[in-house]
Amino acid sequence: MRLRYLVPIIALGVLIPIFFIGLQRDPSTVPSPYLGKAAPSFSLPSVEDPAATVSSEDYKGQVALVNVWATWCVGCRHEHDFLLTLAAREEIPIYGLNWRDNREEAVLWLQQLGNPYVASAFDADGKVGIDWGVYGAPETFLIGPDGTVLHKHLGPLAQESWEQDFVPKIAAARGK
Amino acid sequence: MRAFVAALLLSLTPLVFAIDAGEAFDDPVLQARYEEIISEVRCLQCQNESLKDSNAFLAVDLRREIRRLLSEGKTNAEIYDFLVQRYGEFALYRPRMSGKTLFLWLAPLFLIAAGGVIAFRVVRGRMALPVADAADDDVQLTDRT
Repeated sequence: MRLRYLVPIIALGVLIPIFFIGLQRDPSTVPSPYLGKAAPSFSLPSVEDPAATVSSEDYKGQVALVNVWATWCVGCRHEHDFLLTLAAREEIPIYGLNWRDNREEAVLWLQQLGNPYVASAFDADGKVGIDWGVYGAPETFLIGPDGTVLHKHLGPLAQESWEQDFVPKIAAARGK
Repeated sequence: MRAFVAALLLSLTPLVFAIDAGEAFDDPVLQARYEEIISEVRCLQCQNESLKDSNAFLAVDLRREIRRLLSEGKTNAEIYDFLVQRYGEFALYRPRMSGKTLFLWLAPLFLIAAGGVIAFRVVRGRMALPVADAADDDVQLTDRT
């Protein structure tokens, strides 16, 4: 038995799992470099009241969601009802980061569709968005009580991804 | 004809300059560095375009940030750090050498070395074989008798 004939078979055996995993990965989902690290701090005017400030200090010490949204974002409209039910359940405070938007339209959106947010920060020029590594909307960050990013969700939130990705991590963060 | 070509070329110029609407640097060195950086960074919103080629608003924002950092006197390395910290190594078209990307950088060297070793062994193996030639066979046979 010549061992060298096994080499291509072994090589194939290595390549198949690599391709199997690699081809199923979605290249448009870029993992956040902030996972497990401290989320950047910010301080911005509120969407509804330009005189009021919304900052990362507001949710310090609690497990919170930071949801990136905008009125031009179709996916945000899709997830809006879910955010409202989530807010109604009062499981977790949701903070909004209104990204590159128009203030009047954003206020109108909250009035017409309902406001799931404890507060929404108004990031008109997208600077805080850049600090957070936002590259599309909606995006949702799960922030731990010490300010670390526990999870980042890309695209509209829904019940399934909520139960799968968020619920266990929230329980773990609160258990500590 | 000439007038037509001129008109055609003139009508194209706005297209050529449409993407980067930002103000150019007065300093040509800074402008050159700026253009080098934006062609090395991926626009995350439209992944197969560099910041230089992209009109997505994230690209517009990032170009503005890069322009600001350059005018603040930041080095290229500091600007790449700024982007990698926020968007990860994926933002750079040419990933930098680090623990995570070491395999990526060393894999070609390893593959060339492995190929060389295999080629060397095959060639040497063939050199050791007797030259299978009818005439040689005859000589050997006659020698033996």
